[in-house]
Amino acid sequence: MLWIAIRMLTGDAQKFYGLVFGIAFSTLLITQQLTIFVNLIERGASGTYNVSNADIWVMDPVSRTTDVAYAMPATALDKVRSVPGVEWAVPHLRSQASVRTKDGDLEGVAVIGVDDATLIGLPKRMLEGSPDVLSQPDSVIIDDVGMTRMFPDGSPIGERLELNDQRAVIRGIADAIPSFTSTVVLYTKYSQALNYVPGTRNRLSFVLVGAEEPAQAKALSERIERETGLKAQTRDEFAQDGIDFIIENTGIPLNFGITVALGFIVGVAIVGLTFSLFIRDNIKQFGALKAIGVTNAKIRRMVAVQAGLVGLTGYGLGVLGTVIFIWSFSADPTFKGFYIPWQIPLISALAVFVILALTGWLALRNVLKTEPASVFR
Amino acid sequence: MGQPLDTTAIGGCNPEAAICTREVTRDFRAGQQTITVLHGIDLDIRAGELTFLVGESGSGKTTLISIMCGILWPTLGEVKVFGTDIYELGDTELVEFRLNNIGFIFQQYNLIPSIDAANNAAVPLIAQGMDRIEAREKAVAMLEKLNIGDQASKLPSQLSGGQQQRVAIARALVHEPRLVVCDEPTAALDATSGRRVMDLLREVAVAEDRACIIVTHDNRIFDLADRILVLEDGKITHDGKDMPEGH
Ligand SMILES: Nc1ncnc2c1ncn2[C@@H]1O[C@H](COP(=O)(O)OP(=O)(O)OP(=O)(O)O)[C@@H](O)[C@H]1O
Ligand SMILES: [Mg+2]
Repeated sequence: MLWIAIRMLTGDAQKFYGLVFGIAFSTLLITQQLTIFVNLIERGASGTYNVSNADIWVMDPVSRTTDVAYAMPATALDKVRSVPGVEWAVPHLRSQASVRTKDGDLEGVAVIGVDDATLIGLPKRMLEGSPDVLSQPDSVIIDDVGMTRMFPDGSPIGERLELNDQRAVIRGIADAIPSFTSTVVLYTKYSQALNYVPGTRNRLSFVLVGAEEPAQAKALSERIERETGLKAQTRDEFAQDGIDFIIENTGIPLNFGITVALGFIVGVAIVGLTFSLFIRDNIKQFGALKAIGVTNAKIRRMVAVQAGLVGLTGYGLGVLGTVIFIWSFSADPTFKGFYIPWQIPLISALAVFVILALTGWLALRNVLKTEPASVFR
Repeated sequence: MGQPLDTTAIGGCNPEAAICTREVTRDFRAGQQTITVLHGIDLDIRAGELTFLVGESGSGKTTLISIMCGILWPTLGEVKVFGTDIYELGDTELVEFRLNNIGFIFQQYNLIPSIDAANNAAVPLIAQGMDRIEAREKAVAMLEKLNIGDQASKLPSQLSGGQQQRVAIARALVHEPRLVVCDEPTAALDATSGRRVMDLLREVAVAEDRACIIVTHDNRIFDLADRILVLEDGKITHDGKDMPEGH
């Protein structure tokens, strides 16, 4: 009987494709939008993840994220260094600046000053050049997304910039996770960064800490807070702070939430409508089957198999569509490093299940309600 | 033909009757009103005969055969089909009883459009759980008996009305049911193909241990009947080999 159910469904090509399309469309919309959403808000943590060797970030108590930070006096560094359990601590400067390019364009950039001696604060990998280039005068390293933005055609190596009216020369390209706003980032030595950033008294944004026992980072961060009066977050906490900041301060969750909800509703509408049309067109046949002697339990299984077939095909196509989408845009810097977290296909599978359970149940009710006696009418 | 049974006896059923109805009454509710469509029908249908049920539109023919074949509950009365009191069965048991004992032929054929003639004819066997290939073979054999073996692989939409009705007849007979019911099997066919379908039905459906009831308006085929029952306003008013005078 299940074979007959499948043939009944696939025999009506128009409705079958309609159903598969509805599910594929919902799956694509939900999976793709959730993927972009998750990847986008994870960009809120990019500043933290780019400095992978810092176990703890120490900052002024009012600072919130890598980009929303209030500077501390330079003495904070020594205070942190004196806390037991701190293996190393280095200064880290993050600030906004304006750059005038050769063409005279003005571009807002982020300047990141990394420790002069250890260069801790640079992204792990370089795309071009080595971190050592920073020891040359006026050197800056640009991040790869910033590069494609400022120098869409051609290598920026050797390019001269006016950074807050100071001379800067690009000597390397870092392979970095782009920030949420995809701002151009220029890395330079801490001492050099002090020259670029207009002189206020306090310019130390963060102290980056390596723990003697990285597994005990949480305890160490609490000790640093107690002993210095500063705020200390472990890497994971601080990454989460960055994500939370975006969730709380942008309309992004709402916007994506609306699109995902629309994907679900459109799925319910298309699939529900097509499914009930299909059942209505076949109600006489279902009635005949019931009269001949097919139990309601078997009818239920038939409709479940029909829904299952539509669900599997549509879902597969939808996920495939998302993979193709992400893959075909992977070269675009906006989508750099995008991945599909495993939870997302699971969520859309659940959505597909709910759509089909709901619409299948509605359609099934009509079949079960059909009196076998109606076949003689 | 079997021995004539005493159809006037009230009470117990003759054990030889294929179908036995006792005081079957059926009401329908139409808004506030209750209309009684069948008024205490007592009938015995014999196996081995082709029984016609005739009567004017609205007289209750469809209602009566629906009750006799286990798809419509009577308001009152009892129905035995080959000794089984079918409305005493549980829901699932009744469905299974129909599957194993009754063949249906509908006016509108109700074939499944996306499977071919042989598979349509095989539906009762497949529903009984028979292997699909075996079921199809049996269905093809039945289609051959009905002279449309060469149409076995065609979809219903590729067949004429008469051919479709023959596929429906094959579906009604393929599982060798003991009771076959048809409601207006020729109503959607022209006179010639209607006659041809009925001749065939008479040939293949009538068997020693099978009862066959046909509801029809079609006076051109009355001569095929072994027994004609006339229903008027929910009562049997004639029972005989031929139509009464005046009809
Ligand atoms: N489900 C129902 N609900 C209400 N009334 C019904 C229902 N089924 C049948 N009736 C009524 O019962 C009466 C008999 O109907 P039935 O279909 O048995 O007649 P019939 O003899 O088969 O007529 P026809 O020759 O037109 O098919 C009619 O008056 C009809 O309106
Ligand atoms: Mg009728």
